[in-house]
Amino acid sequence: MSNELEYLSRRVASGKLSRRDFLGRAAALGVTAPFANMLLSSAARAEGPVKGGTIKAGLVGGESTNSLDPALFMTQVPTIFGKCWGEMIVELSPDGKLENRIAEEIGASDDAKVWTLKIRDGVEFHNGKTVTAEDVAATLERHSDEKSKSGALGYMKGIESIKASGKEVVLTLKEANADLPYLLSDYHLIVQPNGGKDKADAGISAGPYKITTNEPGVRHGGERFANYWQGDKMGHADQVEIIVINDATARTAALQGGQVNMINRVEPKIVDLIKRVPGVTIRNHAGPGHYVFIMHCNTAPFDNNDLRMALKLAIDREEMLNKVLRGYGSLGNDFPINASYPLFTEIEQRKYDPDKAKFHYKKSGHDGSILLRTSDVAFPGAVDASQLYQQSAAKAGIKIELKREPGDGYWNEVWNKQPFCASYWGGRSTQDQMYSTAYISTADWNDTRFKRPDFDKMVLAARAELDEAKRKQMYHDMAVLVRDEGGLILPMFNQFIDATGAKVGGWVDDPHQELMNGYALAKCWLEA
Amino acid sequence: MSSPIVKLIAQRIALGIVLLLAVSVLIFAGTQILPGDVAQAILGQSATPESLANLREQLGLNQPAYIRYFHWLGGALTGDLGTAMSSGQDIATSIKGRLWNTLFLAFWAAVVAVPLAIILGLIAVRYRNGWVDKLISGLALASTSFPEFFIGYVLVFFFAVKYQWFPAISTVYDGMPFGERMQAIALPAGALTLVVLAHMMRMTRAAILNVMQSAYVETAELKGLSAFNVIRKHAFPNAIAPIINVVMLNLAYLIVGVVVVEVIFVYPGMGQYLVDHVTKRDVPVVQAVGLIFAAVYISLNIIADIGAIVANPRLRHPK
Repeated sequence: MSNELEYLSRRVASGKLSRRDFLGRAAALGVTAPFANMLLSSAARAEGPVKGGTIKAGLVGGESTNSLDPALFMTQVPTIFGKCWGEMIVELSPDGKLENRIAEEIGASDDAKVWTLKIRDGVEFHNGKTVTAEDVAATLERHSDEKSKSGALGYMKGIESIKASGKEVVLTLKEANADLPYLLSDYHLIVQPNGGKDKADAGISAGPYKITTNEPGVRHGGERFANYWQGDKMGHADQVEIIVINDATARTAALQGGQVNMINRVEPKIVDLIKRVPGVTIRNHAGPGHYVFIMHCNTAPFDNNDLRMALKLAIDREEMLNKVLRGYGSLGNDFPINASYPLFTEIEQRKYDPDKAKFHYKKSGHDGSILLRTSDVAFPGAVDASQLYQQSAAKAGIKIELKREPGDGYWNEVWNKQPFCASYWGGRSTQDQMYSTAYISTADWNDTRFKRPDFDKMVLAARAELDEAKRKQMYHDMAVLVRDEGGLILPMFNQFIDATGAKVGGWVDDPHQELMNGYALAKCWLEA
Repeated sequence: MSSPIVKLIAQRIALGIVLLLAVSVLIFAGTQILPGDVAQAILGQSATPESLANLREQLGLNQPAYIRYFHWLGGALTGDLGTAMSSGQDIATSIKGRLWNTLFLAFWAAVVAVPLAIILGLIAVRYRNGWVDKLISGLALASTSFPEFFIGYVLVFFFAVKYQWFPAISTVYDGMPFGERMQAIALPAGALTLVVLAHMMRMTRAAILNVMQSAYVETAELKGLSAFNVIRKHAFPNAIAPIINVVMLNLAYLIVGVVVVEVIFVYPGMGQYLVDHVTKRDVPVVQAVGLIFAAVYISLNIIADIGAIVANPRLRHPK
């Protein structure tokens, strides 16, 4: 970096030069805009967080039916607001590792069956009480109870007993699970006083912001909690505000007009237009979410692996990625895991190959057309993607017939019921979670009807394995099995596309969920 | 005021109540015809036969439909609209704030739109068939012909994004200062005004023009009154009945037809509330909102009728 550029970027960071002027002067020095922008953000980071102001986010995914009870979180707005007021036992850090929060240390027995959480000293709830091991235990108990209707219930069922003693919480599992700390980072598991057993939707935890406003479906607000235990890392703005804007155009307009500092879910087709707006930065990054076409492995004609292979080879992934996601995504390889998961290994990329597809199709002996059900709600652009698929398959001599289903009732009537349809997955935080949710024989959501006892055994074995290298190999073998014999056609992983307005500092891409895994309001700051 | 007029008004109101009851039957029947029932909607994917049976029992869904209808109607009459099944909140309480917001927006849109429409109508009559008349009619018709979401987005593009005079989103909340609140609703109120303007303006123009053909207007002109005084003193009072009618119809539209505008501008009114709950299949809320919308529509129409009767001696003294 030239001295002059460095000097200029420091001037911007300290507010003595406007961003625009900087970009202009940088261009004069022969620096491209993206690089100049990068210089700026690194200068801003070096300058350190700025305290004060109100950070506002305009978000899709909030309804007037939302509750503050963390067990009931489903859509983005309550979840992201939860990251402002709630504190977790443990959290995923942007680099994919684990970050201890209320648990200061997490230890496991050698067989990964008994886990001990050591509770951090001096963490305070918004109501002034200190967070104790009993509170953490009660939180976990509440989410293990059927009555709480918790979204984390599925994983919590695997815990046999929860005991608090002194500063420790001891969890005994029914079956060994090396991934337990990852499970505890589930966004439902916000620690509440007495686990929220007294009043589940009181909105009290130990996060960086105290709730001041809660109007479901309209807006949510909080003010900085003075006694937050790591105030140097989070809670830079004095106030945070989330405005629910479900309409994509209104959301973009609010960012352009400066009413909000950040928005989520920018549509791929307008990203290039938004990029040109001065002050607005597109924040796109890979995540575990993916778009799929799913076949039931136990239903004719999809019970024939040659036919499944033919269909996997007959999809033009590159074209779909470019036309449907406009490049904001990455190629899929017919197994649901990508680099955003720990212990991921590359497997050779499957490519569009009409000749090979033709060969497998002939071998399968199937004749006639294949019915693919699709809908706008399956994923954004699903109908277009299905049409592209139809064309690329036709070149391989496979006739796909499309049936467009109504969006209403698609998830009840079509997905997980019909043998071949379009769908999407948001992904999970570990490979074990993903495979346990949708690929083991007994899973309710096994939407490819992939019922293989050998695969189930591999999942259980990998779950109990504490040796990382061995585990990595096991996950590789499982991925190959799903890729080559499963019913999943996974053309692409989608990206999270958020956008921030002028003056937002401290942004760090986080592969786990949109808006920095929901922490954008709590971790970003407004530059002076 | 004579007693026949009281009788007429009483008749209208009674008719309105009967109509409202009929509408309530339709709403209830409509939501019963929908596939699946409330219990199924609540339990969704995780429904098992036993849990369905339990919940049906708990919600009283095993009773015959007519008993449930009277239950619901009785509750609604005493202000108990039931609880929303998606959030468990009391519907009447949540609707109160929302209804107030919707009325607030409709009120200010009407304050701008009604006088503007009538004045523009009068001006159009004064300069009828001239370029002023054609310009006013042309612009008003154009603004009405565009769908309201389009007008909304155009307003947002120019006044919120380009010039940044007004916010793009109209989130209002309790305790918001009046000035800020007015600024927040400027764009949605503007969009609504443009949508309803032409109808009222054209009706005013047509009604007055109709009267202008009559003999007494000619007499007034021959007396030497100025064109505006002819309209103000002789034509307008006689044309008021149809004008009241169209104004009331548009007021009703401002309250019950704002769903799209509320969604575009993220305005926390009844429309958004309804949309949120329709997507969740929250039948009790949909029924309650439907009933309120029907009541607003019917009562505004009654007011229009009564206004027309009072304004017109021929209706006051039917033969």
